[in-house]
Amino acid sequence: MNRSKAHGGWAILALAAGALAAAAPAGADWALDFPASASDLGNKIRGLHHTALIICVVIGIVVFGALGYSLVKFRKSQGAQAAKFSHSTKAEIIWTVIPVLILIGLAIPSARVLIEMEDTQSADLRIVITGYQWKWRYEYPDHGISFFSNITEESQAAAVLGAGLELHEHYLRDVDRPMVVPVGRKVKLQLTSNDVIHAWWIPELYVKRDAVPGTINETWFQAEKTGVYRGQCAELCGRGHAFMPIVVEVLEQEEFDAWVAGLTEPPAEPEAIISNASADAGSGLAGR
Amino acid sequence: MSETTQAREHHDGPHATGIRRWLTTTNHKDIGTLYLVFSLVMFLVGGTMALIIRSELFQPGLQLVDPHFFNQMTTMHALVMIFGALMPAFVGLANWQIPLMVGAPDMALPRMNNWSFWILPPAFLLLLATLFMPGGAPAGGWTLYPPLILQTGDAFPLVVFSLHLLGASSILGAINIIVTITNMRAPGMGFMKMPLFVWTWLITAYLLIGAMPVLAGAITMLLTDRYFGTSFFLAAGGGDPVMFQHIFWFFGHPEVYILILPAFGIISQVIPTFARKPLFGYTSMVVATSAIAFLSYIVWAHHMFTTGMPQAGMLFFMISTMFIAVPTGVKIFNWLATLWRGSISFETPMLFAIAFVVLFTIGGFSGLMLALVPADIEYHDTYFVVAHFHYVLVPGAIFGVIAGVYYWLPKWTGHMYDETLGKWHFWLSTIFVNVLFFPQHFLGLASMPRRIPDYSVQFTEFNMISTIGAFGFGLSQLLFVWMLIKCVKGGSRASAEVWDQPQGLEWTVPSPAPYHTFETAPRV
Repeated sequence: MNRSKAHGGWAILALAAGALAAAAPAGADWALDFPASASDLGNKIRGLHHTALIICVVIGIVVFGALGYSLVKFRKSQGAQAAKFSHSTKAEIIWTVIPVLILIGLAIPSARVLIEMEDTQSADLRIVITGYQWKWRYEYPDHGISFFSNITEESQAAAVLGAGLELHEHYLRDVDRPMVVPVGRKVKLQLTSNDVIHAWWIPELYVKRDAVPGTINETWFQAEKTGVYRGQCAELCGRGHAFMPIVVEVLEQEEFDAWVAGLTEPPAEPEAIISNASADAGSGLAGR
Repeated sequence: MSETTQAREHHDGPHATGIRRWLTTTNHKDIGTLYLVFSLVMFLVGGTMALIIRSELFQPGLQLVDPHFFNQMTTMHALVMIFGALMPAFVGLANWQIPLMVGAPDMALPRMNNWSFWILPPAFLLLLATLFMPGGAPAGGWTLYPPLILQTGDAFPLVVFSLHLLGASSILGAINIIVTITNMRAPGMGFMKMPLFVWTWLITAYLLIGAMPVLAGAITMLLTDRYFGTSFFLAAGGGDPVMFQHIFWFFGHPEVYILILPAFGIISQVIPTFARKPLFGYTSMVVATSAIAFLSYIVWAHHMFTTGMPQAGMLFFMISTMFIAVPTGVKIFNWLATLWRGSISFETPMLFAIAFVVLFTIGGFSGLMLALVPADIEYHDTYFVVAHFHYVLVPGAIFGVIAGVYYWLPKWTGHMYDETLGKWHFWLSTIFVNVLFFPQHFLGLASMPRRIPDYSVQFTEFNMISTIGAFGFGLSQLLFVWMLIKCVKGGSRASAEVWDQPQGLEWTVPSPAPYHTFETAPRV
């Protein structure tokens, strides 16, 4: 609803851009706001963003309104005579105290969401994520599953100048093997890196955390809707930074169990690295 | 009057001519000019890099540059603009204006002044030369985060050395400014009678002295990690890459206020002149500036909310950051109150100052939003951040510099600039800067990461608009260059006052300001 209104406003600019806009590939949606959230925590974060935005817009209307009024009303060309005053203790106290109150009003809900966001206890599933230049490795220590996740084979060439690949809907945001989690379960992520700093980010799950070599960072999410969620590395990590997508597939619990079973019960899929290898990697990581 | 001035100018002009004058000068006006010209050149160099970035981002796919070169461009664009364009511009304005505004005959340490400028060109020669070295220029972002920055090729020690030189230059400049302001004010000019530009620069100089050595420490540790077997930031040797970020941002956050406080000072000079009314709340302006400077030292980790830090740390840095909005708000309200019931006219410096107030405030709003940790987790490292800091640095800091240049240019050259050209420059810059940066807010919210040469298709439209804005803004700056050349060469003669009864000692000397001014101190 909001979006279509704003769309109308931007259409003017789009017209100005003329043929350029017309030449744009499909899949564009003129998004003006955070994506819809697939988690409860995400909804709270999105709500906080909206609260802050509205406060800023209201202050903006007051401040810019007063500025605009002054610029119109007190023009020299309209014969305005300058007053002589240069301070007012009362006014200065008012415009110091009111912002303080607004900030306190904003800090309290932020702190609440922050405390919830940082609570990684009582998770249902743990996944260890390791960043590499330029791919991710997902390890499910409780299931003995571990695998790498790369940008899809056909997109590998995207990092080459002038590759001219087809710009499909999920261009640069598709992987060969997504991370898979069950719906409605609290998933704890433990992040680290094998080389430089990366950041693991799924916008619709409102989770982003740096993968730092030598450190294990913890965060969590709980997806409330099944589906495929796409993101990418958010911390500059070298030449392939833009080509390091992240895809999370959220399944019903039974489907997730079947996925786990399919990887752990022999004969395993050939590309899956399982059992001993992952257990070693896991203990090595924990030992660091 | 003009005859005596000319006679004196003839007698007391520069001792050397040609290139030797500029190499050996110890005159604050000459050195100010050198800084400003250098800054303009770097502004065009950094702007060209920005246009390369925006051209590649015009549409998805890689059409123009390799991703590695793209990363070199984002890194170098930032380093050139921050250390080459903005900081020298403010030091140039300080050199020209501080002695004129406090009634001093020159800067306190003229030979050091010459040195602090002449460190800059070789430093940038080194930095720009890295573009042509094996492995290319640094490509890990201007924040130089290890371990990535340690993957730089042969250029790495040059980058570190160049940054050391830039830091040394800044520290020398800052010392000179502090000594000049504290010792060379005209009799009667107490601290609380100093013009706001002088005040903001005094505070900025202290920020520089506090912050630059920290950067020097951080990059020296990078150097020893790379070449001398230390492991300050290397996990394999027991170091911590995140510690670098703490040290870097302990420099980096004061640095962003180093880039904006002098602009606050310029705006506080310009608005009263064209509102024909004294600055509202002088004392609270000084207090607010000091408060911002203090807060700038205790908010650094708000750049690092996703690195993983204790919850108490997040809360502290969120709240301290939010409270910067209070003194910043005081400044905005004071400027509004200065305009209130004034008698306002709209010459080019005033237009840029008004645009500064509006657009800097928009950058302040997004800054407040970024302070909220849970929301920052989603904003962090996206184009929302890029939009935020470009709003405070381009229509913020750069518009501040431009307003100052238009304001004082007639004093420097003795000619009025071309007002029509100035107005064109203003309107084109202001329109295009918004076309350039406003859509980047939407890109960030829609989850486009920063520092990527290629992107997913849903970001195409706003990137196209942004690129159009970039070229519009970049080309508009050529009008600025044209205006400057025209004004230096000629134009209608400027009076000593230039504007309608402006306040300040700089307006008591003739235009152009003679080579030597205030040889006997004025009384305030």
